[in-house]
Amino acid sequence: MLLIACPYCGPRALAEFTFERPLESIVPLDAAPEEAMRRLYTRDNPRGLSWELWRHAYGCRAWLKLNRDTATHEIAETALYGGGA
Amino acid sequence: MSGRRTTGGLIDRDKPIAFTFDGRRYTGFQGDTLASALLAEGVVLFGRSFKYHRPRGVLSAGVEEPNALVGAGVGGRFEPNTRATDLLIYEGLVAVSQNRWPSLAFDIGAVNRMIARFIPAGFYYKTFFGGPRLWMLYEHFIRRAAGLGRTPQAPDADVFEHHAAFCDVLVVGSGPAGLSAAKAAAESGARVILVEQDDRLGGSLLRDGAIIDGLDADAWAASIRTQIIAAGGKVLTRTTAFGFWDHGLITLAERLVEAGQAPGPSGLAQRLWRVRARRVVLATGAIERPLLFAGNDTPGVMLSSAVRTYVKRFGVLPGSKVVIATATDDAYLTALAIVDAGGEVAAILDARPAAASEIVRRVAAAAPVHFDAKPLKALGGKGGVSGLEALVGGQPVRFACDLIAVSGGLTPVTHLHMQAGGGLDWDEAAAAFTPAKPRQNQISAGAAAGKDGLADHLADGWAAGVKAAALAGFGTTPGAAPTGRTTLPDASGAGAAYDPAPGVHLKTAFIDYQNDVAAADLDLAWREGYRSVEHLKRYTTLGMATDQGKTSNLIGLARLARAEGRPMPEVGLTTFRPPYTPTTLGLLAGEAVGGHVAPQRRLPLHDLHAARSPLWQPSGYWSRPRAFPRGSETLMEAALREARAVRTTVGLTDVSTLAKFEVVGPDAAAFLEIVCATAVAKLAVGRGRYTFMLREDGFVVDDGTVWRIGEDRYLLTSSTGGADRMVAYLSYVRKVLAPQLKVALANVQEHWAAAALAGPLARNVIGGLLGTEPPRHMSAARGRIVGVEVWVLAASYSGERAFEIYAPSTEIAPVWTILAQGAEAVGGALYGLEALELLRIEKGHIEVGAEIDGRRTPGDLGLLKMLNPRGGYVGWQGLTRPALQAGDRQTFVGLEADGPIPEGAMLIPAQGAAPEGHVSSAGVRLTADSGGVALGLLTRGGERLGETLLAASPTRGRTVSVRVVAPHFHDPSGERYRD
Repeated sequence: MLLIACPYCGPRALAEFTFERPLESIVPLDAAPEEAMRRLYTRDNPRGLSWELWRHAYGCRAWLKLNRDTATHEIAETALYGGGA
Repeated sequence: MSGRRTTGGLIDRDKPIAFTFDGRRYTGFQGDTLASALLAEGVVLFGRSFKYHRPRGVLSAGVEEPNALVGAGVGGRFEPNTRATDLLIYEGLVAVSQNRWPSLAFDIGAVNRMIARFIPAGFYYKTFFGGPRLWMLYEHFIRRAAGLGRTPQAPDADVFEHHAAFCDVLVVGSGPAGLSAAKAAAESGARVILVEQDDRLGGSLLRDGAIIDGLDADAWAASIRTQIIAAGGKVLTRTTAFGFWDHGLITLAERLVEAGQAPGPSGLAQRLWRVRARRVVLATGAIERPLLFAGNDTPGVMLSSAVRTYVKRFGVLPGSKVVIATATDDAYLTALAIVDAGGEVAAILDARPAAASEIVRRVAAAAPVHFDAKPLKALGGKGGVSGLEALVGGQPVRFACDLIAVSGGLTPVTHLHMQAGGGLDWDEAAAAFTPAKPRQNQISAGAAAGKDGLADHLADGWAAGVKAAALAGFGTTPGAAPTGRTTLPDASGAGAAYDPAPGVHLKTAFIDYQNDVAAADLDLAWREGYRSVEHLKRYTTLGMATDQGKTSNLIGLARLARAEGRPMPEVGLTTFRPPYTPTTLGLLAGEAVGGHVAPQRRLPLHDLHAARSPLWQPSGYWSRPRAFPRGSETLMEAALREARAVRTTVGLTDVSTLAKFEVVGPDAAAFLEIVCATAVAKLAVGRGRYTFMLREDGFVVDDGTVWRIGEDRYLLTSSTGGADRMVAYLSYVRKVLAPQLKVALANVQEHWAAAALAGPLARNVIGGLLGTEPPRHMSAARGRIVGVEVWVLAASYSGERAFEIYAPSTEIAPVWTILAQGAEAVGGALYGLEALELLRIEKGHIEVGAEIDGRRTPGDLGLLKMLNPRGGYVGWQGLTRPALQAGDRQTFVGLEADGPIPEGAMLIPAQGAAPEGHVSSAGVRLTADSGGVALGLLTRGGERLGETLLAASPTRGRTVSVRVVAPHFHDPSGERYRD
């Protein structure tokens, strides 16, 4: 049960959050189709730190980005997606 | 062999306790485990092994017990696979042995031994070939033979609770190292939680005693307990730390009563603690290893430290004439204990070439000690051990005895350390793995860290406690580290004798007792090519029983290493996973049982519906009326009546569960044109339209309606089932994809309740209540009904002219009541989900879950004309992919037949052909007396109107001939509601 430090709420248990997607799999609305599909389907699966999009769904509902180590679950950084506000 | 009660021990002889085992009555004392009480009464046979049904007795005195598994309790409290060594007896305990029929002493399953050579480990991978029918025969017998204990048949009568706790330092284990660590941490100022799986503090001190800081072990432990509590901490006994998860979360299983026991005043059987600790000290001790020799599973072969525990802690001498086979000094303490209790030590067989420590010299003066001596074969059977054949200095010798105590060295308990992601080091001196690099800053101490001897345990525990407290932020200098001494000389538990003596019959030299895995099985698996430790484990099932290999993992690993000719650390170990000891599912469920398994959402109109006794339909977390049968109507009869009422007069149904959102702001329309794949910007104020949403891969995922209820204000509705997904999706678009848009969102699903009034007379009914002209088709208007402010949206799902009336949830009841009265006054009726389905199918409306199954493009579903030509919506890129544009896709069609069409049936051109589509929704012709209609998806469906196909449902044994038609069976042009 990971402990995730929500920038608004402080450290909260994993159960309050939803994992949304790897950050680099976000498809911008204006991305060309090839690029869009590449982001969606052709992804690295790194063993180690990688950025992910999360949501504090059952808390304050903020969208967060986490730099999480996929092997150790260590969370190196947590920040609001979009830099706040 | 016969065990008997002696003097001494920590049991309370003033409190006798009566219990039964396999129907026979026995008496023990408060503080006895089931194992110690039965051993004291001379019981030898405790169970039958899993596969060969070999007679088994007690091997250990702890949770590592692989043999003496019993079922404890009755009815809803029955707990199978309970270790007799881990069950404290209570008045009225009913325990039964397992895996035997008709009785433990005369078990028919023992015939398996006659075919033993055909059923080695992994035999099932090499047998049971043949056709499916033969397999069904095999399966019948395999099912009967599988498993050890029986599952209880009655619902769980026990009640469980979940608790959360936080602390600075969690100490697992209350042996000398754990107590020392807890003391250090508490004195450093930390809040400590100390957990102990036994019912008393002390660990190995309960067996061997000591004087520490001038107090005897019991008093010293009690003083530390007081200290911890005074410093704001907790001490939990009969509590097992069974899982070490992420970020310092440890789960504890606290037993408030024993297995099968009725609860005390709390009403609880067990409590699950979720503890978030800043730092964890693992003082989990070490488990003794048995030795490999033929018949090493005979009742009467026990771990030497266990024998000592029975003598010193429980006042039981498990045998009167004992042979000790050892590779360590520790077993010599057992020799002294046996002699003190009035038993005889027939011989000590030391596998080592020599040993000259003080304890060895002392014992050698009192009992025959042989070096370079290894056990070959135990003699005896279900009545117990009668002797031991051994190799002494290369010569075979036979000893008569009724108890064989074995000591093959200690394995540190590193389970929690590994669960936390920690690595292991190979300790050559101890010939075992000890905790190395910790990943979550856990600290192992004492025997769990490979330390040896009381002085080391105390010092190591102290250091761990100080360090843990410091890392947790508590630096108050604690007092002095405890010092202590044992009454007897130090006796190291270090040593190893993994290899059996030459000539041992390996088929009965057991490594994993519980799964009946012998040394020969490992050798066979290795010869067959299963050489990685992961393969070996899974192929032979070594270490996969309920004891998780506590006494067998390392011995098995040593055998593999021997076969490979590689050192043990190179071969590696398999991963330990939670739980450390078996944990009942009820504990994990906690209070979430029965009606509390899921949240219950109530319709605002629930009570009004209930007054009409509908048939209910679970729909997400709600219950919605499926139909309102009158008199003795069946579901189908009611649904047909209700649907026909909608077609001919008017019907009223509750659609409150629809997802609803308000989208407000200057960029509201632009926002909606991202979320939805239809155009929205051109919608005039007061007008609405049908809409649908795509996933990023271009497939339709949901549909609904959008209404412009103000200049910059829109109401978006979508399916009930997709509501939670929509909440996340809208937020995603708002915050991630298009954060620059000036728009605000509100989820008003629960705020607005909604009723749908549908039918040729709907207009009259609603008009009369509003007092004004009702809105025309696809228009929205505000109004008042019985004084309540409502929105009226003119949209049709059923195919008749219809109005959705939205009122605040808290005010819908009077609105509903007056609508129902109005409808029934003109011969109409309430209708439920079943009728709603029949109506929309006949009309040809697609639905989420049926036609919208996540694999259809807008083109597939006939929605291409509605797609927003400007693009820019979520999913536009995915839609451009060639496969989604191909001409041979399955498309939306209607199907008709003389009789009912099975829903879900495959559409095939002829018997035996490959399916070309399926029936997604099946209904009836409402305006005729008979005739089945259905909607489906069919390859190139649009080009095949008029074709005849078979709708085949092998699972229901029905095949129906159907004709492909356009998917609209009722009023295709919409005249009944268009203005």
